[in-house]
Amino acid sequence: MNPEQILFIFFGAISLIGAIAVISFRHPIYSALSLIVTFFAQAGLFVLLGAHFVAAVQVIVYAGAIMVLFLFVIMLLNLGTLSAQGAIGGKLKGFAIILGILLAAEGIYIAMNALNDTAVASAEAAAESVTTTTYDIGELLFTKYLLPFEVTSLILLAALIGVIVLVKREGQEEN
Amino acid sequence: MPLLVLILSSIIKIVIIVHLLLIGVMAMIWSERRVSGWMQDRLGPNRVGPQGLLQPIADGLKFMFKEDLIPDHVDKPLYVLAPAMLLVPALVTVAVVPFGNAITLFGYEIPLQIADVNIGILYVLAITSLGVYGVVLGAWASNNKYSLLGGLRSSAQMISYELTLGLAIIGVLMLTSSLSLRTIAVEQGAYPWQWNFLIHFPAFLAFTTAMYAETNRLPFDLAEAEQELVAGYHTEYSSMKFAMFFMAEYMNMIVGSAVTVTLFLGGWHFFGLENVGGPVWSGLISFGIFFVKTAIFLFVFIWVRWTLPRFRYDQLMNFGWKFLLPVALTSIVVTGILWIATGSRLIVGIGNVIAAFIVVSIVAGLLVMNKTPEPAIQDSNRQITPSALDAIE
Repeated sequence: MNPEQILFIFFGAISLIGAIAVISFRHPIYSALSLIVTFFAQAGLFVLLGAHFVAAVQVIVYAGAIMVLFLFVIMLLNLGTLSAQGAIGGKLKGFAIILGILLAAEGIYIAMNALNDTAVASAEAAAESVTTTTYDIGELLFTKYLLPFEVTSLILLAALIGVIVLVKREGQEEN
Repeated sequence: MPLLVLILSSIIKIVIIVHLLLIGVMAMIWSERRVSGWMQDRLGPNRVGPQGLLQPIADGLKFMFKEDLIPDHVDKPLYVLAPAMLLVPALVTVAVVPFGNAITLFGYEIPLQIADVNIGILYVLAITSLGVYGVVLGAWASNNKYSLLGGLRSSAQMISYELTLGLAIIGVLMLTSSLSLRTIAVEQGAYPWQWNFLIHFPAFLAFTTAMYAETNRLPFDLAEAEQELVAGYHTEYSSMKFAMFFMAEYMNMIVGSAVTVTLFLGGWHFFGLENVGGPVWSGLISFGIFFVKTAIFLFVFIWVRWTLPRFRYDQLMNFGWKFLLPVALTSIVVTGILWIATGSRLIVGIGNVIAAFIVVSIVAGLLVMNKTPEPAIQDSNRQITPSALDAIE
């Protein structure tokens, strides 16, 4: 086993343990923390793939910003420990089972494909031919993927305006 | 360079830097108290050792031998974890900071930096953004109203000022076209007018201010406002855990100053001292220059503490979102346009200052025109302070 494989197993295991912990913990704060651990492990996996920029952005955006907001909301609402019935039950149960089966099928499909030797070889070849530096990502974003990039920024702008409108209306009602 | 030399030199560098950081914390605690004393025309600690120099050691011993108290009502795992979660990011950020040029020893050129990562500055931003967890979790795990208020204030403040912190450096990155901290330091010349802080002066001010907020220092220390929240997020902590919170705060200050020196103040460059001495001495001198610049910047931290009073919560948010963020955004646009159009650093520098001045005037004008009554006056007869109210809402 080479060092890269050891690191892959290390980060993969942490990522899985974190993901299982998210749904196992009864307390939302512990779940949120486990999710942060998973994001970290995934950042490690990105580094192993040579995608340093994506790894850094993963930590900055998900672990650094979004999860802080999650914690903020959990603390503000002072959510207590969830009971087993409250977490999965009622109408959502059937929906959850369907989604779970779909996810499992997807996972099995990907695993079957990955075990196929030719797929592994082509993935390795693809990984070797691409070096993803920040420069490359920037160039791709502003040439090949310019339209999706701009559309994404428009969606973000719409969300931003939505937030401002919502906050403004609330303020006027108070007055 | 053979692998063995690489590993050995890295280990030696890590040991030296971590120890320097710890000694730096002690030096900072001493100088904070002595300089504060000097600024307030009193003595400060001067009994333990010459000039009170051994005071931090005495304090450290006291922290270690005190009983490690864990209150009954806390969430134990997170209560224990929180100080470590604050300390670890503070310690690992320093890995990418270039603290000097290279030293040539036994024919090997050893750069004075633990790791030259090609996403250096993003790594710094990513790791510093994690520091907030220690504060928030410590506050929540304490199961104490004052702690929780401090933690909530801190998280809101850090999220708001992180944006400015990230956006303010983009101008620097555009002109350097690299994310590596070493490249950014190398690109700046030996003379002060070649350093980034003059080319990106508004961004430099925005970055420094945001950094003060990120390190929870006055005038941004609402998270531990003594008059309102006892001691904020670390009210329930004592002995070594409390010390860890404080060490993390001072380490963040030291690392933040080092990053600012690298980004804006020319790193280890200083005119006249570029090629003094042999291969070993020039490296050590470059480290010395870096050290002195960081120390001066740290002194400013203490200076500001006794110059500016603490912000009110709404002032904090207004300042961050309505002044600092627009200034940082303008610096990106202006730097980009002027750099492509003229390619002259002088014009970029002048344009940045003029644009920032215009933006700040517009914002200030708008604020004066839409002035609403001060919330402090409305709430003056309530028992709860307006800033606490804001934090609850």
